[in-house]
Amino acid sequence: MGVLLEAQGLEAYYGQTQALHGVSFSLEQGGITTLLGANGAGKTTTLRAICNMVRTQGTIKLDGEPITGLATEEVVRRGVGHVPEGRGTFVNLSVDENLRAAAYTRSDKAAIQRDREMVYEYFPILKQRLTQQAGTLSGGEQQMLAISRALMLAPRLMLFDEPSFGLAPLIVQEIFRIMRRINAEAKVSMLLVEQNAALALELADHAYVLETGRVVMSGKASEVKSDESIRKSYLGY
Amino acid sequence: MEQLIQQIASGLANGAIYACLALALVMIFVSTDHINFAQGEMAMFSAYLVWQLLEWGMSFWLALPIVALVSFLIGVSVERVILRPLHDAPILSVVVVFIGLLAIFHSLAGAIWGHTIKAIASPFPNVAFAGSGYIGPHQIGMIAVTILLLAALFAFFRFTPLGLAMRAAAQSPVSARLAGIRVDWMLALGWGLAAAIGAVAGALVAPAVYLEPNMMASILLYGFAGALVGGISSPGGAVAGGFIVGVLENLIAYFGNLLEKTTGVYIVGNGEKLTVALVIVITVLTLKPSGLFGHVTVKRV
Repeated sequence: MGVLLEAQGLEAYYGQTQALHGVSFSLEQGGITTLLGANGAGKTTTLRAICNMVRTQGTIKLDGEPITGLATEEVVRRGVGHVPEGRGTFVNLSVDENLRAAAYTRSDKAAIQRDREMVYEYFPILKQRLTQQAGTLSGGEQQMLAISRALMLAPRLMLFDEPSFGLAPLIVQEIFRIMRRINAEAKVSMLLVEQNAALALELADHAYVLETGRVVMSGKASEVKSDESIRKSYLGY
Repeated sequence: MEQLIQQIASGLANGAIYACLALALVMIFVSTDHINFAQGEMAMFSAYLVWQLLEWGMSFWLALPIVALVSFLIGVSVERVILRPLHDAPILSVVVVFIGLLAIFHSLAGAIWGHTIKAIASPFPNVAFAGSGYIGPHQIGMIAVTILLLAALFAFFRFTPLGLAMRAAAQSPVSARLAGIRVDWMLALGWGLAAAIGAVAGALVAPAVYLEPNMMASILLYGFAGALVGGISSPGGAVAGGFIVGVLENLIAYFGNLLEKTTGVYIVGNGEKLTVALVIVITVLTLKPSGLFGHVTVKRV
């Protein structure tokens, strides 16, 4: 399997505050990688750095092409679907408009329609909610819409920022099940940031552990899972 | 009674112009949170452009779309060249730039075309029709063109992908970027559209008020009032607000005059139209700060 995205020495800043101190990682084509770490370790910032939503230094290559310094929308247009913290949907637009806006960059109507059908198959509830204002959906439905919105870009890589946040355990299970299907069926590579480390390590095949803006450990998910210190710090047993 | 209908009709005609300017203001406000104080002067400048093309022998109905297009380009350029670098500037700097733009368009028009009053002939045929005792052909024309323009804009924002992208960008720039929408260009397009709408308003109102560099000053004030009454965050509300303010100012003068005639007590008349209209605006905003039609966003997390 080839490398889809490679980041070298990422440094990110919020104003004067440095949040990432030389983070390097690579994502395999078709794989699911997870970033673990405590609050403030730089997980969300790493996702933002990929999409240039924060002041970033270092190099990021997507399929071998450097994307550092490209505007967020240009990175997105190269096939990066970001499901951000707070979901990134348009709360005042209807579900249908959200999905249409998400496919704005694409012109192949037949392919867009196919992806619509795919989204409805993953999340049948959205088809019933098409005319409803996105802001009035339940939390779980909003997260489904957020994932669908990213899917409608026909991405090569999806970035997930805490998809389980604030959701009931059953809904979380369903969302993770669908994420696995998307990865397998739509051949979308994924980078997952998740507080729930046990859940993340179950889904992912690779893991990186961040501490205060640095990578402190990386490896196969199964290896990371069995690591003594990781178990104590993040898995809690 | 006949007079009352006349007053309402002419109020609607003025209201059409206020509605256009209110819409232009809202269009920029929803995507940038800025009130473009130069909107009226830009519209005035566009009206002069129309006059110039008419002088060169062009017909009004050819000149109007050309000037709307030129104004669109001026609007886009103003955003790209002047406001883009101020992207992260504090709000006061932006306000100063707007006032600067106002002064620039004002003196530019004065310098090019002079400060003497010019007339533009009404493009609408002066024919008698049913009800022509109540409303003039130019007033009907103003209302008709405005409604057509508003319908076209509504369709654009409602049914086209670009219109949807502009709405998405206005609502949440961050999410729009994550959908691959080039938000900066959407802002520039919003400026262009606002300038084009203002151009139509300026060209329509010029035959009614005569052309001079100050022609838009009070009209912008009414447009602003309309936008606030209707709800500065709501395009539909701004349009309604424009019409409401237009009718209201005439009704105030009408009833003031009526009162004076019947009781001899003078409270309000034509001179106090603007004052009373603004008092009503303030009252509405005190009772309903988001305007009559301003929406309170529904949000669940």
